[in-house]
Amino acid sequence: MNRFVLPLAIFVLLALVLAIGIRHSPDKGIITSPLLGKAAPQFSLPNLADPTHTVSSASLKGRWYLFNVWGTWCGGCREEHETLLEVNRAGVVPLIGLDWKDDDTRAREWLAQLGNPYEVVAIDRSGRTAIDWGVYGAPETFLVNADGIVVYKHVGALTRETWTREILPRLPAATGGSS
Amino acid sequence: MRRSVLLLLMLAPPALWALDTTVLPDPALQARYVALTHELRCMQCQNESIADSPVELAADLRREVRELLIAGKSDDDVRNWMAARYGDFILFRPRVSWRNAWLWGAPGALLLIGAFVAWRIVRDRTRLLPGDTDPVDEDVA
Repeated sequence: MNRFVLPLAIFVLLALVLAIGIRHSPDKGIITSPLLGKAAPQFSLPNLADPTHTVSSASLKGRWYLFNVWGTWCGGCREEHETLLEVNRAGVVPLIGLDWKDDDTRAREWLAQLGNPYEVVAIDRSGRTAIDWGVYGAPETFLVNADGIVVYKHVGALTRETWTREILPRLPAATGGSS
Repeated sequence: MRRSVLLLLMLAPPALWALDTTVLPDPALQARYVALTHELRCMQCQNESIADSPVELAADLRREVRELLIAGKSDDDVRNWMAARYGDFILFRPRVSWRNAWLWGAPGALLLIGAFVAWRIVRDRTRLLPGDTDPVDEDVA
């Protein structure tokens, strides 16, 4: 009887390790961001609506916001645009856009034609701010809390499902993101 | 005409068809730049280094490496800078951390366990010998 104990223990341990491995193995290609739980990177960039003005992270202090990285060259961004408009209509949390390595005029046309879900859009021509946020493929969406901490990141087109299942439950119940 | 163009292409220095034509002023810095860009993963293509990838993000990351090196940062500073943004996944050469320490330690631990088991077996067998009255040769026959 006793001689089965050790092999059994090893088997259970191995099964446990593999089970954890399988459960935690992310979708291939989705990389968990080291930014989660950390302060959102600072930025100060020209405003798409009027490039002589700047959009800075300092002005977002104290409120929840969704930081959405997009570009007119990006297919997934076109795909998620309807959802972004819906999110904006819901009025629960403001959308801050980062127009990543894009043409300003084309970006303004895009918003004029498809509707503008953003409270404000910052222009990242050099791509440096996107790198600070660890962006590797648009669209990417970050949820930042009132303390300026990144609490959630979604890679790929935002769907209604992600919105209701992942983002809404994380938002504080009554603040409406505008406190 | 076509032949001369072909000849020209054949004679052109390799830099002409290399993806990354960056040349840093200092050869030592250039060597470090080349080494670093080869050990950083292109996050978009994932199985290529940023030195080998033609995508724009890789070019942007090469620019960051270049500027960090020129600013006098060490190789480890550059690795940390990248890992802070993209996670350890961006490093082709994995680092030891608390999270993966067990993985690094596992071969050593297994070797120790194996050595311990072997030692016990050998010890048990040598203990048997004094009581074994049969000559070894007779066992074979």
